[in-house]
Amino acid sequence: MFPEEVLEHVFSFLNSHTDRNTASLVCKSWYEMERWCRKRVFIGNCYAVNPRVVIRRFPEVKSVELKGKPHFADFNLVPEGWGGYVYPWIVEIARAYPWLEEIRLKRMVVTDECLEIVAKSFRNFRVLVLESCEGFSTDGLAAVAANCRNLRVLDLRECEVEELSGHWLSHFPDSFTSLESLNMACLGSEVSFSALERLVARSPNLKTLRLNRTVPIEKLSTLLQRAPQLVDFGTGAYSAEIRQDVYSRLADAFSRSKNLKSLSGFWDVTPAYLPAIYSVCSQLTSLNLSYAATRSPDLTKIVSQCYNLQRLVVLDYIEDTGLNTVSMSCKDLRELVVFPSDPFVGEVDVLLTEQGLVSVSQGCSKLQSVLYFCHQMSNSALISISKNRPNLTCFRLCIIEPRVPDYVTHEPLDVGFGSIVENCKQLTRLSMSGLLTDRVFEYIGTHAKNLDMLSIAFAGDSDLGLHHVLSGCDSLRKLEIRDCPFGDKALLANASKLEKMRSLWMSSCLVSFGACKLLGQKMPGLNVEVIDERENVNSLPEYVPVEKVYIYRTVSGQRFDTPDFVRIMGKDKDDLFSDKGLKVAVLFCSNFGTFRPCCCTRSRSL
Amino acid sequence: MSSETSTVTSEPPPTTADTELTLRLPGESQKSEAKSTKRRFSDLTDLKLGGNDESDTECSVVTRSTPAKERVVGWPPVRSHRKNMMKKDCKYVKVAVDGAPYLRKVDLELYSGYQQLLCGFEHLFSCFTIRNVLNERKLMDPVNGMEYVPTYEDKEGDWMLVGDVPWMMFVESCKRIRLMKNSEAVNGSELLEKC
Repeated sequence: MFPEEVLEHVFSFLNSHTDRNTASLVCKSWYEMERWCRKRVFIGNCYAVNPRVVIRRFPEVKSVELKGKPHFADFNLVPEGWGGYVYPWIVEIARAYPWLEEIRLKRMVVTDECLEIVAKSFRNFRVLVLESCEGFSTDGLAAVAANCRNLRVLDLRECEVEELSGHWLSHFPDSFTSLESLNMACLGSEVSFSALERLVARSPNLKTLRLNRTVPIEKLSTLLQRAPQLVDFGTGAYSAEIRQDVYSRLADAFSRSKNLKSLSGFWDVTPAYLPAIYSVCSQLTSLNLSYAATRSPDLTKIVSQCYNLQRLVVLDYIEDTGLNTVSMSCKDLRELVVFPSDPFVGEVDVLLTEQGLVSVSQGCSKLQSVLYFCHQMSNSALISISKNRPNLTCFRLCIIEPRVPDYVTHEPLDVGFGSIVENCKQLTRLSMSGLLTDRVFEYIGTHAKNLDMLSIAFAGDSDLGLHHVLSGCDSLRKLEIRDCPFGDKALLANASKLEKMRSLWMSSCLVSFGACKLLGQKMPGLNVEVIDERENVNSLPEYVPVEKVYIYRTVSGQRFDTPDFVRIMGKDKDDLFSDKGLKVAVLFCSNFGTFRPCCCTRSRSL
Repeated sequence: MSSETSTVTSEPPPTTADTELTLRLPGESQKSEAKSTKRRFSDLTDLKLGGNDESDTECSVVTRSTPAKERVVGWPPVRSHRKNMMKKDCKYVKVAVDGAPYLRKVDLELYSGYQQLLCGFEHLFSCFTIRNVLNERKLMDPVNGMEYVPTYEDKEGDWMLVGDVPWMMFVESCKRIRLMKNSEAVNGSELLEKC
């Protein structure tokens, strides 16, 4: 038996949550030891556990990371008001962890009140990362700016912020000099440029600065000159009438930014200003041009100089020719993302096909991660890709038109995706599209043993498809399905598998109310949430398919902050909505059976 | 499978209504030179807004999507954040309302004409209703009976009445909007102070 100090020292080398969780299961003393020295907590589903339980187990936490809504919320499939409120967590951790340093939230509802509590509760607060969050305004940001004296990171990634004014930035006091990273790209309101310039000038550790669209191109050189140590820079709107003096100053400023490794922004691009970045291209490891609506020649010229690029995010304007250049020039590429310039257009006037992806898979030997939107695909292309790049870990292909077959043979794309899962043995994430039958799921169940997350849409023929996946994919934790003919049988036959996964989402499928109720009754460790906005939902017979069902494992029992259209199935005696009167969010302390009203959610009108 | 409710995208199909001058004193013929009919706010004598030839009595969110396919919710899986950010010529302007404590922003590219813009104000500032008096459309707060006149600051820094110039020209030149209280009666009223 090792003395505690030795164990603690050993544990300090365990950084991944999985490793820590595993260590804590070895024996009781390791569990005890580990829980006292765990500094970072990651909760992948905020409804899987209660904050009190987390706090009781881990008393010395410095960093909390939480995720709320399911992934398909990104595509408007989760109705507004579903949940994901961070408030109950904030209240508890504010009380329990006065020395908390970091909060990272993804897809959660964050109110100004939450931000105010954060701003005032943690003396040594350093890192706030809000990704795809909503519910707060610039007032909440002002509170953070004004009160977090030791803030290092303020990172707003693709949040929906109510923009009351741009003055929030001016709330950083003159004495505030610790900023290392500021990402305000998602904000629409104009901030005071002089306040921004002064902030940058007094932040010697500033490494990341991602501006929003309102910062004009003429001002970029000023900021770059103030921060020659910048590593990650996001421009504002990259457009103006061509003026030689503006261009020269900008090109000069970029050429002096010797530490720059990452560029992004480039909204509303005026192509003539793009050459200003040429001098830094060879330094770049990450380049995001996915808002630059400019055509292939301009994009190609840039990527051809990015010899050290590891991550490229770009629009389909790059076309096959541009990707061919990438395959020849960017030999260190690890990740490729190609977004559609116009996702809804009928005719295609952009020459991006499956060929672009095949070229990159041939030329870029380190390519691991792909997200690719295109209009056509073939089995032979997929097979080539899988053979070129067996080291792929993440493969997400979106053929824009649903159920489109192999454009050459007109067959389903089963064999192609089958080849991907068979050859790419380290694949952990897969998204599929195009015409797919149950056969592809058989391949997946047979081969995709390391698959962690699978996204399926408009695919399959029968329950057998779902059964193959649930019974075969040993490592599967997240499964999201839309518009597939999968129903009750596969779900109920694999009920126990669901407890080994984080979550399952099924929308516009064939899962019935009755099956959901049965699952909820039989599996106390699962919340089976039926999300259904139909007016007559209470009078529908049990065999009718639900609109959406979200199933997740939980140790905290059912939640009490659900709106009308969400029902947690199989937990109540009569399983109807408990719908009259005020709803009060209640936190259970499961071992001790005590509860206390925490926060009032919306009162329900009758 | 539920279908997407109407959405607003950034590309208005060009219509003749967009380029029509709709404001003129009764009896005057339409002037081709837009500048000459554009009025400063201080020249206000009569006010008519909107009034496209197309019947647009309803306030619905206008769908200006490309024709062709019926859209499926959430497909292709592109985040709405990205879709919004990809809007070309995103034209956000601040809207101030006399007496209201904070500004709102509107994206002028979302609207296809003055009537839709007024509807947008109706939604944004829920206290307003568009009041149709004869041929005029104004914004009114039924609670206090105040009428609000939409005005805007153009590129030259002048404050002009909303509605005088063709819609696209307005979108291009508008820097910000102010809904000014018009406490006097409409016809023959005293001029309000320039802001």
